[in-house]
Parts: sequence; structure tokens; C-alpha cells
Amino acid sequence: MTQIPTSKPSIVDTLRKHQVFEGISPDCLEAFAATAHHVSLQPREVLIQEGAPAEEFLLIDSGRIAIEIFVQGRGHVSIETLGPGELVGWSWLVEPHRWHFDAIAVTPSDLIAFPAAAARELLASNHECGYGLLSRFLPQIVQRLRATRMQLLDFYTLEQ
Amino acid sequence: MTPTRVLIDRSGLDALIATLAAQGYRVLGPTLGRDAIVLGDVAGTDDLPVGWTDEQEAGHYRLRRRDDAALFGYVLGPHSFKRFLYPPRQRLWSVSRGSGPDLEVRAEPHDDRPLAFLGVRPCEIAAMRIQERVLTGGEFPDPSYADRYGRAFVVAVQCTEPGGTCFCASMRTGPRAGTDCDLALTELLGPDRHDLLVEVRTPRGEQIVAGLPAREATDADVATANEALARAEASMGRSLDTEGIVELLERNIESPAWGKVADRCLACANCTSVCPTCFCTTVEDTTDLTGQHAERWRRWDSCFNRDFSFIAGSLIRHSTRSRYRQWMTHKLSAWHRQFGTSGCVGCGRCITWCPVGIDITHEVDSIRNHERSASTFHTVGGRYR
Amino acid sequence: MSPVWYRVHRVRRETHDVVTLELTPPEGAPPCSPEPGQFNMLYVFGTGEVPISISSLPSDRGELVHTVRGVGAVTNKLIALQRGDVVGVRGPFGRPWPVGELRGRDVVVVTGGIGLAPLRPVLQHLLAHRKTFGHVSLLYGARTPYDLLYRNELLAWRDSREIDVEWTVDRSSGVWNGNVGVVTRLISRATFDPERVTAFVCGPEIMIKYAIEALRNRGMATSNCYVSMERNMKCAVGFCGHCQYGPTFMCKDGPVFRFDHIEPLFQIREL
Repeated sequence: MTQIPTSKPSIVDTLRKHQVFEGISPDCLEAFAATAHHVSLQPREVLIQEGAPAEEFLLIDSGRIAIEIFVQGRGHVSIETLGPGELVGWSWLVEPHRWHFDAIAVTPSDLIAFPAAAARELLASNHECGYGLLSRFLPQIVQRLRATRMQLLDFYTLEQ
Repeated sequence: MTPTRVLIDRSGLDALIATLAAQGYRVLGPTLGRDAIVLGDVAGTDDLPVGWTDEQEAGHYRLRRRDDAALFGYVLGPHSFKRFLYPPRQRLWSVSRGSGPDLEVRAEPHDDRPLAFLGVRPCEIAAMRIQERVLTGGEFPDPSYADRYGRAFVVAVQCTEPGGTCFCASMRTGPRAGTDCDLALTELLGPDRHDLLVEVRTPRGEQIVAGLPAREATDADVATANEALARAEASMGRSLDTEGIVELLERNIESPAWGKVADRCLACANCTSVCPTCFCTTVEDTTDLTGQHAERWRRWDSCFNRDFSFIAGSLIRHSTRSRYRQWMTHKLSAWHRQFGTSGCVGCGRCITWCPVGIDITHEVDSIRNHERSASTFHTVGGRYR
Repeated sequence: MSPVWYRVHRVRRETHDVVTLELTPPEGAPPCSPEPGQFNMLYVFGTGEVPISISSLPSDRGELVHTVRGVGAVTNKLIALQRGDVVGVRGPFGRPWPVGELRGRDVVVVTGGIGLAPLRPVLQHLLAHRKTFGHVSLLYGARTPYDLLYRNELLAWRDSREIDVEWTVDRSSGVWNGNVGVVTRLISRATFDPERVTAFVCGPEIMIKYAIEALRNRGMATSNCYVSMERNMKCAVGFCGHCQYGPTFMCKDGPVFRFDHIEPLFQIREL
């Protein structure tokens, strides 16, 4: 994983490109971007390891990230893949702040990483900003929950 | 010139049957079956259920002796003439593997003998016209129906004594016969007379009547028939409120009324078997034991049958609720959208032959009532699967 | 209406339960010139007849292409046919995709499973007249990587760069490095102008439902969405009654509908 030193305005510009940060106040976005940094991954490069502390979360700027789980006897099973504009990781928000899945790059990918502690502190100290951010993260969580439910339906298999 | 209205007696009717037979028609009409009036071959008036009547109510049908010798003193049995125009089972074609590599399809030949229908009630005539529109009005007309109906000779009998489940007046299909028949009979039966008033409706009908032993009908005879028909119109066993019915059923596709009727409905398909307009069929492809000869048969099917909506391993309409709803909304609402007419002629057979006595006229009322009572408030809950 | 006997010219195995049949007409047969989205009734001697969508634009020699998934008695016989076997064909029937209305517009094709089969002729048409259209995307979902149809063509379409091609699977396997997730997830990421795009959607009904929702979330009007529906078609000529969908007959009013025309029906369960 390569961390690329960058100036803050370019991170804010990157965030602004993505729908999930649409409508967030400039101050809030600045504060949120203050601790963020760019990340670039090569294919098969592991981003998140199941069980490790969830010390950051990420926004995909380009590329494709797979959410995987290791199943004894089946190996790494990809549950879903995520693309540009999608957030990687919720565990930073929820106790005990440990990852439940692996995340791995499928293609060369560029992401923005947000340190979790700073993000949590911002949400706790600035409720207006925190509400703004969470109310934009929540639809993504819901959309992915819905998609997972649809996957459970296995709708290409004929009902009997 | 033959007058357009004549009187005949029973012997005149026998002559009519004989004339039709002599002209090559297979004459079919009401006959006395076991415990029901059924349609069959009629060689003369002795084959008719003379002096019988049928007592009909929801889920109830009994034959009773009359105290007169009425020729048409009953209304409708479970059979409709649909079974001759659109047979319950019909081979469409057959195919054999020949000696060469090619398969040879043999289309089913048309019947030689034209059909003559005797004692056709006005609702039945309406049903034939409706089926004609369904089966021959589209881009791919059914050749066998077109052939049979096109050649059929129709002798109507107008209704002077409606049955307990009749509601043709509501559906505007009776008790008078329109122009879609060759002859329209009205039985005039009193203490001192027993005649049939014959009204000629087609040139073909006129030809047949010309050879019959007949008397001229007087204005008084015609007036007597009209009075009897007016009385019949006013004494229907049932009525169906058709006001805005197309939209009513479209609006109420999720009415709780469907769930209620489904609690009683057995999905037995009796209603569709006796309905004179239901046209749904399925096809069966078969082979003989040698595997060299295959046939395609078409047979009546019903939207109440479980497999009717079967597709790629699953059913669309699992619940009886959805099947009853399909049948009734199709009959009374969607049919208008599809064919510009109602699919119901008010014959009442579906009411009589329903083993639990479900009454389509009451079910329409039930939907109206639910809509009225539900329109004022909404609540959570109260809906069940 | 009796069938015309076509001969199996080629069998291409797509997946474990899907094959593509190329059928040659008998000499002197009336030409069958189907439009994209129409279907034929295919008859297997003595077993029965099933509606199968047509999977190619008409060829000069009148050949027919049908992609069939083995799910029942007749389709399992169809996928077991060999070169030289005979199939009865009636058709074409049904309303086609309105490809004539796509001129100058963006097009997004959303399909799942065997639903790609009736859209293959649409893609052939779009590629044959590529300059006539704006941005074109194919979003395709399958159950597993092994269930993807027309694999070589998918790759060729993608590599041509004439259209965007994205596929996804619900269940992945070790070697898969494509998308994982339901096909509707691809819609939020697809490139098109919601104001000038037409969508063609075909797949399981539940997939259509969520695809329409996702298209609507992108700001599309449902009057620009067309869907191909499925009901039990027996006679294909409008009077066996099986394929009724509300007041419509799937075989003659469908299978392709403009979504806003059937939206009230679509929301009714067990219709």
C-alpha cells in the first residue's frame, strides 16, 4: 500500500467528485479531509484484514475493491465488489472497532483513507457535521443491505 | 311472401327439426340427462325434456315435473353450446415421422356436417357472439370456430320464465333474442293453447320456415309474447349492478373482499366449466408407443387450476384469492378492455353449479360495499394473507 | 397454426444448462424475419411446445438463433438436440423492443440470467448502427461466473470500446476478478444522461423491479424504460388465456412493454 503525500485541497476536490459528500458544508468537509490521505493499491493487495482493529475507513476514487471472507474449505469468497464513490468499512463506527471482513483490491485502485479516531472525534464534537456525514453514509449502508438481501434471494435459480 | 312471424305447434317444431336434418344439419338441443338437462342430438320433440323444469339457486339444481307439457319449460343446464363450437377436447393436428427425413403435418379437417342449435337461450346467443369475437376477431383467427359458427343454424327460444340464478336483463343479453339467430321462438302456453311464435331473423331462417305447417301470427299473439317477455324481464332471479364495473374492479384489485370469497372458493373450476364464454385452453402434445406419431390436442383449461399460471418452475398465482380475482376481474372488467364487451352474459350457471354457492352478483356488491366502507379511513393491520 | 420444421444446424453450449441453437429453415419456407424481442414457439416432437425468445437479428438465409435454458420437459429436450435434429417453429410473435426509437439517445441495457438472450439482437443492432446512438451500456448479471452467456461476445463487445460492458455475478469463485453483487448495483455507476437515455430491462421479475427503482434513482422517467415480461404462453395467438397480465395478453400486447404502461399492474402480487 502506497501512501502518497498530497496537499489537502486536492483531497477535498476528490471528495467533492463523489455523490456521497454532496451537500456537505465546506467547513465540515475541510475538517473531515484534514486527516485524510490518498492510498493506491495494486491488484490482490490487501486493504483490510478480518479481525484487525478498524483504524480507518476509505472512499474509492477509482478501481474495484472486493469484500471477502475466508471460508475453511472454500478459500476466499468474494461477497461483493465496490467501485468508485463507495465507502469501504463500517466497523470504525461500531464497537469493538474491528474488521469483520477482508477487503482486497481487484484492479489498480485509488482511495482516500480517513483515520477512524479523528473521524469519530469529529462526529462526537460537531453534531451538525456528524449528522450531515452519517445521513449521507447511511443510504449507502442501506443500499448495500438491500443488495445483499437480493443476493440472498438467488433469483436466477428457479423456485421449486 | 312468407310473413316474418308465424305460429307453429309441436308438430310444426317436429317439422322444423326434420327439415334441418334433411338439409344436412346435425340438430342439437336440450335433452333429459341423468338429473340434469344436457345438450344432445335431437331428432324430434320427443327428445326434448317435455314437461320438465329446472329449479335453480346458488349451489342448487333440481329437475322437477311441470304440470303441463311445455317444450321449453326450463332454462339452462350445465352444458352450453360452447361444447360444440369450441369442443372440450379437440385435435389440432397430427404429425408422423415418414420414411424420409421429413415430418408430415396433417391439419385437422373441418367437420362435414353443419350444426343446427335448437332451443338456444338469448344469453347463449350473446355468448356465441362473444366467443366469436375472442376466437376469430384477432390477428390469428381460430379456423375451426369460424367454420363451425359460420355455418351453424341457430333457433333461439326467448325466455318467458327466468330461472332462479338468471340475470340476463342486467347484462342486456335477454330475455329477448336479438338478430344473431336465424329463428326466434316464444312458447305461448295457456289453458287453451300451446303454440310457438316463430320470428324470422335471417333469409336462411325464412327459407326453412316457408316449408313448415304454420299459421299466420296475429297482433294479439305477438302482444301475448311481448307481455310474457316483459314479465320475464321484471322477474329475474338475480341482478348484477354493472355501473362503472370496469373501473370498479380495476380500483379494487386489492380489496379485502377477494380474501373473503377465497375462504369459501374451492378452486374447483366448476364455474369456468359451465361458463358459456370462458375460452381458456391448454395444449397437450402426445406420442404413441412407437414414437413415430405425435398429436396436438387442445382442451379446456381453467384459471382456477393450479398449473394454469405455471412458468419456468414456479406458479404466478399461488393463492385461491388471486385465482378467483383473475377469473372475475377478467370476466367483468378486463374483457371490456380486451374485446369491447363484458365476458358475462348473465346465464347464472356459475352461481348454480358452484358447490359452495358463491354468487358473482353478490361478490360485485361485496366489492362495492368494501370500497364504500374503506374509503373513509385507513388503518395499519387488518390485512391477512 | 401448425409448425414449420427447422433443422438444427449448430449447437453451442453456453453453460451447464443453457445452449444456443442455430436453426435452418426448410427449403421454400416462408421467411421468418423476427424483430428484436419477439419470440417463437419451439416444438419438440411429441413432447411439447415452449415460447423461446429470438436471440439474433434475422440472417439473409432465414436462420434462427435461440438460446434455451433447460428448466422443464420441453426445454431439457431442446438443450439436448444435436446437429441435424428437427424442431417445429411457429412465429414470430409478440411486440419487439422499440429499437427504432433509440436514434440519438443514450441506451442502457440491464439484464440478468437468461434475460440477455432476447437482448442480444438489440446489442447487435446497436453495434451495427453505432453512430446513430449516444452512449450505450450493457449491464449484465448472472448467478455465478459459470452462468455467463455469450462469453466471447461479451469480451468482444467490451474490447471494441463501442459500448460500455459491465457484468457481475451474485456468487463468485476463487479465480473471479470481476464484479460481485446484484446487477442493479451496476446501475448507479453506469454512464448515461438520465434526460436522454432509454433503458431496456429483461430478467426475473424481481430483478426488473429493483432495476426500475435504481433507474428511477438515477433520475430516469419510467416512460423511457422498457421491460420484457414473462407469463405462461401456450397458444401465442391470443386466445388460450394463459398469458394474461391484467387486461393484457403477454403474447400479443407484450412481451415488451413500456414500463409506465404496466406500472399499476406490476405492483400487484400474483397477477
